[in-house]
Amino acid sequence: MSGEASKAISKEVLWGGGRSPFSVSYGKMMMWYFLVSDALTFGGLLVAYGFSRAGSTAAWPIGEQVFRALPGAEGQYPLIYVALMTFILIVSSVTMVLAVEAGHRNDRKEVLKWMAFTIVGGFIFLGSQAWEWSHFIHGSGGSFLLAEDVQFAGPEGEMVEMTAGEAVFMDHHFGHLMEMHLNGNTAVTLNEEGSHVVLTELGEHPHEAHLHGLTINKYVEGETIIEGDAMNALWEARSNNFTFGANLHDSEYAVQQSYSDFFFFITGFHGFHVFSGVIINIVVFFLVLNRVMERRKHYEMVEKVGLYWHFVDLVWVFVFTFFYLI
Amino acid sequence: MERDDLIVNDSYSLNAHHSEEDGKGIRKKIYLVTVILSAITAVEVGMGIMFKRSETFTWTAIKWSFIILTLFKAGYIVMSFMHLGEERKNLRNAVIVPYFLFVAYLIFIALTEGASHFGMDQMFH
Repeated sequence: MSGEASKAISKEVLWGGGRSPFSVSYGKMMMWYFLVSDALTFGGLLVAYGFSRAGSTAAWPIGEQVFRALPGAEGQYPLIYVALMTFILIVSSVTMVLAVEAGHRNDRKEVLKWMAFTIVGGFIFLGSQAWEWSHFIHGSGGSFLLAEDVQFAGPEGEMVEMTAGEAVFMDHHFGHLMEMHLNGNTAVTLNEEGSHVVLTELGEHPHEAHLHGLTINKYVEGETIIEGDAMNALWEARSNNFTFGANLHDSEYAVQQSYSDFFFFITGFHGFHVFSGVIINIVVFFLVLNRVMERRKHYEMVEKVGLYWHFVDLVWVFVFTFFYLI
Repeated sequence: MERDDLIVNDSYSLNAHHSEEDGKGIRKKIYLVTVILSAITAVEVGMGIMFKRSETFTWTAIKWSFIILTLFKAGYIVMSFMHLGEERKNLRNAVIVPYFLFVAYLIFIALTEGASHFGMDQMFH
């Protein structure tokens, strides 16, 4: 049995009571407890999402079909951008753990180098999230609800029935002008002649958008592009209920508003954590730069902020799976 | 009884410093974990793209493999990057056990309630 006097306890690391529970400093243990409580908050948010989804009778949007755009690229890349964001966060977590490791070797220069990389990674992630939010808010085209029941021939000749209240989606260019037209922009005029529906934006360079096709079930199972006469039938059956993109009141992605509300709240709350993590990282970076850690003779502050940073990565891993993948 | 408030040979306590040699080993492990985490993410995305969602057993199996892979990733982050695996066993348990108890209960109760809500909505629609 080891007695009080038989083992050396370094004075600096003891707590006020003269002990050091779990052999960790007070600050580090409190960081762990904070992370546990914060993890419960995020757990609560994701479970609330699961609750809404399990209780929803209408179709729930599919992650691969909502998030499939890449900045500056045409075409569809399901979840590639989100996977890239995940990778950025994992890499910045790695540079953080390398900073912590350099701290244990009292290598100030390397701590600074890796912390700088971590901060840059954090900013890249925040920028990516800003782009994704912007894309989500603007949407891709917009949708309108049907005012009456409609029957038409699908792409393979089968009869498709849609009931009043179901959503139909416009393509990007047409939707963009339609939004301006509905907002009372007199520079945009709508012309309907026979089977041609054209929106014209008058200005220095007149711009036309034709109704080429409409999409049904865009964000849920069975996405289909409808063209020709069937498209005109859907267009004729439209109501005045148009939605472009998403905000806290309307959403083109789902009949249930809760989907976009959860998107805003969960990724927003996580983004807020990333933002504060970057700020704390910058503060610690300057502490290291000013040789504060050298005076303290240890780099535990780097380790503590590292715990917080890894936690942010950890949360994203779960958000990625439960919000985007499943 | 073994005391766990003593600072003896702890690799991450305030007064423990690593040599260059220790650092090499630790860095090697860090890079290995990086590769594992990236590979798991790539596999998840690949599976998400390859398989269409449906009511079939395949999709259920895929969903569960997503969850299991995520737990693997989380394990690597917590145990290796946050080096909880190298802390005292009591600290590890104080962090992990209460969390899992709460969250497992929360998941169970919320999904049960959600499913019953779904049934009610369908019945009175």
